[in-house]
Amino acid sequence: MKFGIVVFPGSNCDHDTYHVIRKVLGADVFYIWHKETSLRLFDAIILPGGFSYGDYLRVGAVARFSPVMKEIVQYAKEGGPVLGICNGFQILLESGLLPGALIPNEKMRFLCQDVHLKVINHATRFSKQYTEGQVLRMPIAHYSGNYFADDDTLKRLQDQERIALQYCDAEGNVTAAANPNGSKLNIAGIYNEYKNVLGMMPHPERAAEAVLGSEDGLGMFKSLLERN
Amino acid sequence: MWKAKIIVTYKPGILDPEAKTIQHALGSLGYGNIQDITAGRFFELSLDAGLSQAAAEAQTREICEKILSNPVIQKYSYELSETVL
Repeated sequence: MKFGIVVFPGSNCDHDTYHVIRKVLGADVFYIWHKETSLRLFDAIILPGGFSYGDYLRVGAVARFSPVMKEIVQYAKEGGPVLGICNGFQILLESGLLPGALIPNEKMRFLCQDVHLKVINHATRFSKQYTEGQVLRMPIAHYSGNYFADDDTLKRLQDQERIALQYCDAEGNVTAAANPNGSKLNIAGIYNEYKNVLGMMPHPERAAEAVLGSEDGLGMFKSLLERN
Repeated sequence: MWKAKIIVTYKPGILDPEAKTIQHALGSLGYGNIQDITAGRFFELSLDAGLSQAAAEAQTREICEKILSNPVIQKYSYELSETVL
């Protein structure tokens, strides 16, 4: 099992993600420079958090034209698992691999805090380690994490069970008060139609060791590691 | 030389947190009569003079749709004019 972590100019969670996969899980992991044009070697691809291209224009808007993105779109279409975290999620939306968009947080503040997340769909290759409805605690760190999609798209996401994670309170109640950034339906993460692409705003790589306060994010990487 | 002046804004119905914040600030400055504000981005492209007007328009639209705006949340408008150096 070989993980690949894409490095764009301005990625800054690439090393954290690498650390978790190599040191905590003991799995094989490699960096992929954004100019790379072959992903054949990899069993899972991760787009890490950060500020690719300085977030200029719109978050993720410039990174999606990196040479590697064409390969990632193809890789995803062939069923390869792709996980986009934070800025990685923003890039997946801009590239059209996931529907909707992320706009600035409702209160126009950069949010850096722990949140609770409800696992909605546990049977995927990203979430096998979790149980349905399980409440996770992980940090968010973003300015543009306010998920928007039109009503038809939101309905489709619900009907096709593509909402992966929702902001909730500590008991798992999905409430307006537990929504940190104004996201529609408290959405923190969504899948593509075939559930081999997951985009999420919270940072599982920052919640993968007890010494850092939470190990709840580790299940995401462990799930990917499990053979199908 | 062609000059394209482009404005990108959120589509109607999408709550723009930036515009709302500005409106709120104006309210606290005493401009409570401001009913609505639209915020956006402005771009000015200079295109070479060798293009026909139709080609310059087509290229401007393509650039707006491909990168300068995100059609999921934004709309764009532009004005194209010919400038003499």
